[in-house]
Amino acid sequence: MRNIDAQLITQTVKRLCIEANCQLPSDIKARIDKALCAEPWEYARGILEQITENYRIAENQNVPICQDTGVACVFLKIGQDVHINGNLEDAVNEGVRQGYGEGYLRKSVVRDPLDRINTGDNTPAMIYCELVNGDQIEITVAPKGFGSENMSQIKMLRPSDGVEGVKAFVQKVVEDAGPNPCPPIVVGVGIGGTFDKAAYLAKKALLRPTDVANENPFYANLEQELLSLINASGIGAQGFGGQTTALAVNIEAYPTHIAGLPVAVNINCHVTRHKTEVL
Amino acid sequence: MNNIRITTPLTKEAARALRAGDCCLISGVIYTARDAAHKRLCELIAQKQPLPLDVENNILYFVGPTPAKPGSVIGSAGPTTSYRMDAYSPALIQKGLTGMIGKGKRGPEVVRAMQAHSAVYFGAIGGCGALLSQCIKESQTIAYEDLGAEAIYRLVVEDFPVVVIIDSYGNNLYEDGQRRYLDSINKQQRTS
Repeated sequence: MRNIDAQLITQTVKRLCIEANCQLPSDIKARIDKALCAEPWEYARGILEQITENYRIAENQNVPICQDTGVACVFLKIGQDVHINGNLEDAVNEGVRQGYGEGYLRKSVVRDPLDRINTGDNTPAMIYCELVNGDQIEITVAPKGFGSENMSQIKMLRPSDGVEGVKAFVQKVVEDAGPNPCPPIVVGVGIGGTFDKAAYLAKKALLRPTDVANENPFYANLEQELLSLINASGIGAQGFGGQTTALAVNIEAYPTHIAGLPVAVNINCHVTRHKTEVL
Repeated sequence: MNNIRITTPLTKEAARALRAGDCCLISGVIYTARDAAHKRLCELIAQKQPLPLDVENNILYFVGPTPAKPGSVIGSAGPTTSYRMDAYSPALIQKGLTGMIGKGKRGPEVVRAMQAHSAVYFGAIGGCGALLSQCIKESQTIAYEDLGAEAIYRLVVEDFPVVVIIDSYGNNLYEDGQRRYLDSINKQQRTS
């Protein structure tokens, strides 16, 4: 049994909130650079150049890449041989409070979905816990902006719809979204599980680096095929036309019921942010 | 691409001269407003009360910036998705608003009001808040300070880059741009 102080969790979450919001992951930068080199459409090239300049300014000046610094999604993988000294949920929320305050990040959370009073400190975080082997805690902070979150959809397909049904639904979600989620986007797809599990898988898919394919070759191929189909739509960067509608498609699949084929599509913009640390 | 320089206030005549697809650089005073501020402005209009700003011949920027760091004018300040303002924009356009800056699609009720009253919908690049904030030279809260990032700010901007997405004639870059790109690809495939 290893003891980890709640205070250490707070400090880590605080730092990850700030770093994730100001530094774009290297795999996303590489995807943007590659898209710029390959883009034939003039408008889209201009936009991809400005997107590149934007993430450089953010990193050099330590300012947020986007003004929507998101709701803090905090993913915890907790080793079952760890004992936490203190309250885990309070520790995470305190880290978010400090990170969003001291990092000059925007407070975008309202205390109730209908009375819509801002909590003033961006808490509470959306916390996802997974129990794993070992005596470590892995913390990932993924700030989620809502321009793209609002364009996400879920559907309970019939098993007979099969892979063609999945492809058609993913394309429909991207086309419905059009210019709204700030393309080029990153598309997270969750297939299987239950209604809520599929949505969780789609969100989790967005945490996987875009240069790492699904380990199942069938889904790795489907990721590539969907990316090609989406980029043939012509929506393009910011929706002004072009071949760069999406930078990547990440799929996560899970066993499901004999009667079901849940599919969730969670969309991220080009500011696909996440930062991880292991304690 | 050539940039058209726009200095605020934006008159109806100047708005009518703009076409979907035009790249523009805006200089002068613009005002911020997003969901919560729009709701309050339209409640005042419904009650026939005066507004905290004169919207006539002015441009509203749909943005909720991050807090300014010490020594900075403003934090990151890119556009938010505009369709959430669709319920409110027609009333403001009727009051004389001539420009809106945001990103994403607009509803037919907004486009109809833009055509009837000579208003323009500009797009700024979504997700480029760090870059766009460099064009903001002054920032001052003028109303609804209690809303935090959703308050109304008076901004002085210099060469703020935007593209006309929907002009006052109803032309739409989102429709034309995608179609023109796909046509160009089809033409290439036919000739090769």
